[in-house]
Amino acid sequence: MIINHPLLGPRDAQEFTYLGDASLINRPDWTADDAGHQFYEYQYLRDNPAGEHRELWFHEQGDRSWLVVTRDTRTHIITNVELAPEFARKAGRSK
Amino acid sequence: MRYSGFRIIKEALTGHKGWEKAWRNPEPKPDYDFIVIGGGGHGLATAYYLAKEFGQSRIAVLEKGWIGGGNVGRNTTIVRSNYMLDGNEPFYEFSLKLWEGLEQDFNYNAMISQRGIINLYHSDPQRDAFTRRANAMLLNGADAELLNAAQLQKMCPFLDFDNARFPIKGGLLQRRGGTVRHDAVAWGYARGADLRGVDIIQNCEVTGFRITNGRVEGVETTRGYIGAKKIGCAVAGSSGRLMAGAGMRLPIESHVLQAFVSEGLKPVIPGVITFGAGHFYVSQSDKGGLVFGGDIDGYNTYAQRGNLPVVEDVCEGGMAIMPMIGRARLLRMWGGLMDMSMDGSPIIDKTPVDGLFFNGGWCYGGFKATPASGWCFAHLLATDKPHETATAYRFDRFEKGLMIDEKGVGAQPNLH
Repeated sequence: MIINHPLLGPRDAQEFTYLGDASLINRPDWTADDAGHQFYEYQYLRDNPAGEHRELWFHEQGDRSWLVVTRDTRTHIITNVELAPEFARKAGRSK
Repeated sequence: MRYSGFRIIKEALTGHKGWEKAWRNPEPKPDYDFIVIGGGGHGLATAYYLAKEFGQSRIAVLEKGWIGGGNVGRNTTIVRSNYMLDGNEPFYEFSLKLWEGLEQDFNYNAMISQRGIINLYHSDPQRDAFTRRANAMLLNGADAELLNAAQLQKMCPFLDFDNARFPIKGGLLQRRGGTVRHDAVAWGYARGADLRGVDIIQNCEVTGFRITNGRVEGVETTRGYIGAKKIGCAVAGSSGRLMAGAGMRLPIESHVLQAFVSEGLKPVIPGVITFGAGHFYVSQSDKGGLVFGGDIDGYNTYAQRGNLPVVEDVCEGGMAIMPMIGRARLLRMWGGLMDMSMDGSPIIDKTPVDGLFFNGGWCYGGFKATPASGWCFAHLLATDKPHETATAYRFDRFEKGLMIDEKGVGAQPNLH
């Protein structure tokens, strides 16, 4: 697979390590009353879709940036790549 | 019809005209007492033991393609019970004991070959860890032997003992481990189940569940609606996709694992050998091909094919322990989908939906578990209680902190 890095252009997926579903960006509020249950769902449960999947890749052998890659899990075709901080800010996070 | 040596001779003398089909091809009935979704090893074993050991009837197995076309036909055929943790080892030892009597039990030649499995160790701390694991195995009634380099050299002179980076210091041997003809396992269970009245319905994909007031009533399929009192899902690899239809999110990601087979060679590898400093395992099939594999590719996927970087990584693992493997040409490679769970261990449990049961999360250790998985799942379906060796395989272990994490890498499925 080739990941089209927003800053560096097309890079081999071998340069990256994979973390998982991009929902891992949305860490729950630890002060919530049901924080324990929220963290269980955050940490352990996955949508695991067959189709379009947003996921976190880390450019470990490159510029060490975190990317959010949109990829089809049935075909491995990548349709979108963004820097994770930009993705998080668009979703309303401060950083 | 019972298979036997006598039968083969009789058929040979009468032109092989008496062989019957090994299982029927029935039309689905409107409803059943039990539906098992997934006609792989685990699903067929579940139906077989439901009928044979738990005296149940009106059972159907629904398979979206053909039986044995998923992971039971794609694995590297290894059976073993060399686990350490309490939640795992009794279950896998139960499974190995069932393997040992399986061919007589279901009257089918599954070519079970207990030629031993050796886990290599490469350092003193690893030897200590293997000693501990061997003791845990012995305490659970399994067999285990720790070999030093000299003992290992007698069995496997071809290993690269003096490798500069990962010298081979010895191995953990389980003599009762070995390999099984994987397709025959599916066929044997299918035939055994069919003989006991189980309807095996192929080309019948489950597309959704009919759930009323929190209770499952049946499944929607590509061949129409089928009702059932109890439904068991055994579709590891596609669990996320199927269970989403029941509104469930699972502690599972789907990943692809590749496997490889070389051209046929004369006998060179005595049993199963695994690399202790990387991920590589190899055995030799009865046809002579070296069957081997390594790590999963590491990203979520439902495509039954992997990518080239892992091919290179697996072959490097092979070269590191037995450089002679570099002379053999690769004949075939393929991929299968794994339910990678959050702690590397499986789930056999009820779901929040009444009457709906789940069996999955086998990571890449599902094949060896086939008989015990079927038995324990049948036990759960028939009695509503977990089998004594499978009590730890619960959904709620993640929320309660009762993980069964053999590798100790935490909730990172692609590292298990």
